[in-house]
Amino acid sequence: MKLESYIVADNIISPLGFTSSENFEQLKQKKTGVQRLETSELSSEPVCAALVDTQKLNSEFQKITANNIEKKDFTRLEKMVLLSIHDCLKQNSNIDITSKKTLIIFSTTKGNIDLLDPKQASEFDKKRVYLWETAKIIAQHFNNPNKPLIVSNACISGVLAIILGKRLLETNQYDTIIVSGVDILTHFVVSGFQSFKAISNEVAKPYDAKRDGISLGEGCGTIVMSSVIRHPSSDIIVSGGASSNDANHISGPSRTGDGLFLAIDKTLKESNVKASEVSYISGHGTATLYNDDMESLAITDAHLENVPMNSLKSYFGHTLGAAGIIESIIGIHSMLENTLIGTFNFNELGVTKPINIIKNTESANINNCLKTAAGFGGCNAAVFFQKVQNN
Amino acid sequence: MDALIDQLKGEIIEQLNLEDLKKEDINSDAPLFGEGLGLDSIDALELIVLLEKNHGIKVANPADGKKIFQSVRTMAEYIQANKK
Amino acid sequence: METKNYITSYCSIKSGKVNVNGKETYSDINLSSVDFIKSVYKQFQLNYPKFYKMDHLCKLAFVASDLLLKSNPIMQKYAPEDVSVIIANSASSLEIDTEHQNTISDKNNYFPSPAVFVYTLPNILIGEIAIRNCIKGENTFFIFDKFDADFMGSYINSLLNGSKAKCSLTGWVDFYENNYEAFLCTVEKEEGILNIEHNSEQLNKLYNN
Repeated sequence: MKLESYIVADNIISPLGFTSSENFEQLKQKKTGVQRLETSELSSEPVCAALVDTQKLNSEFQKITANNIEKKDFTRLEKMVLLSIHDCLKQNSNIDITSKKTLIIFSTTKGNIDLLDPKQASEFDKKRVYLWETAKIIAQHFNNPNKPLIVSNACISGVLAIILGKRLLETNQYDTIIVSGVDILTHFVVSGFQSFKAISNEVAKPYDAKRDGISLGEGCGTIVMSSVIRHPSSDIIVSGGASSNDANHISGPSRTGDGLFLAIDKTLKESNVKASEVSYISGHGTATLYNDDMESLAITDAHLENVPMNSLKSYFGHTLGAAGIIESIIGIHSMLENTLIGTFNFNELGVTKPINIIKNTESANINNCLKTAAGFGGCNAAVFFQKVQNN
Repeated sequence: MDALIDQLKGEIIEQLNLEDLKKEDINSDAPLFGEGLGLDSIDALELIVLLEKNHGIKVANPADGKKIFQSVRTMAEYIQANKK
Repeated sequence: METKNYITSYCSIKSGKVNVNGKETYSDINLSSVDFIKSVYKQFQLNYPKFYKMDHLCKLAFVASDLLLKSNPIMQKYAPEDVSVIIANSASSLEIDTEHQNTISDKNNYFPSPAVFVYTLPNILIGEIAIRNCIKGENTFFIFDKFDADFMGSYINSLLNGSKAKCSLTGWVDFYENNYEAFLCTVEKEEGILNIEHNSEQLNKLYNN
């Protein structure tokens, strides 16, 4: 018997809220978390990005921790992950994070990279910049007995982590997987993307004719998947997923889209779904000229050009290692609420091939969701979520 | 001009990590991108950093790079015209 | 019944020595990390202009993968999308991360470099290998405190047995603070140049060799 991967809990920590439903509600109201920041710690020039309020983070964190834990025991990034996992456990009491059959998969591009900054480092041990050390501290906090897995694969990390979770559930070595993706906004990352001249001066405009670059963001997304537990009120499974490489350039998106097409094609085949049966695509949509063009080519090659598609990067900013998970969670909630979220700041289509970008939030029957991602290193990934009828 | 061109060749080799090239391998008028030195989009951004770091010239619009970085000579001409 | 897969070739580069399929093919224990990796590149005439642009971690991955695939040209046998590249390390891209941090720490000498920043992701080395060899299949970069033969062994087997890939280029490439270590191997469903059964025990044995 095939072991299915049910979504049993989820959480998003972002500037738009500290639970998935808070975030989804804000999206329905077309509120964005991206704003113009004049924060000298991040950039000497003003920058448009989505930043989690540190005071709110600290006060929410205080609520979930015993008095003997000092604020200083955890970094900003770790607090987001702990809050996110904690909220998932609260949603579904059947999840046993202390079980030997429960594994944590951690997805991040840079982890505690802010600690490399000489001004920050003193508070924490130097070891803390190693991603395995961060992951270990999180697993220990929840008394999880297994060594966490860490995926660090640029902007497809989150989608890859979900695919990996599904594959591990199928082997039956674990029956519950907690996939948590996180990245924070740092001077390190902002300065790098500025040197790439990749950041827009305004809120990003995905797929739009006037798009001129990304908005960065930060946050954490957690999805709990299980082969034995069920969600109290819904049945959504991960039915397929695949990754691929363009084998073309380490930073420039493919000019043909064939790498992303390959990942989509493998994903739909594994899910046993035809292009005409796809209800909704949650795209990558970074709002750089070349990425969005590339996606339009891949989507068209896969005969998905008429399927309603959006990008959430203009709401959350690009949250790097968290993006694939946060955006998947919005996809899952779109399915649950049968609501297609309009793409913030999208006015006029401006990509190589015509695709069906959702402009205004609307109701629709959504049976499934294809989530795609692409990133530096020429990597692409896709994952497919489906509603299933049970009992 | 010749001195500036020679200096630029050294700077390009260093900034772009072209360790297997010597100054004399670079033709002052050959295209830097595509067939010539075979530079790519990251190199173009890197040359913008070079102009700012070594010559104090800020290129606000990366699209201008296309004209400026046609060859080592056009780069040198741009530096001379924009030096403060 | 479990299907068997095979380690059909491997290459390790550490402590000033290059080992391909069990034979030491080059050594120079007097050179520092980066100089040694460059000397391997020159020794075997790997002729790839972009080599010098790579950061140290990618340089190491490049020479190891090139020597491996020269000994076992898998891309003549498999379609690009049927080969996966699954690699792990401990220090992620911390070596070049530190370099990027140094370009932004001093306000008076603030010149972040795109050519440095692009390498501040460990999976760029998978991209470099993919470009060099035209590999388009599954790719994932994992981070572990140390080489985890148990996980890597069973995950690669599940990819091959689950038809997610027909061949996998996999292993460990780490570079930080002058310490370097590369161990890459090819795993296939049929026996090849070597026919070592692919499991955690054999992986550990070859890795520690």
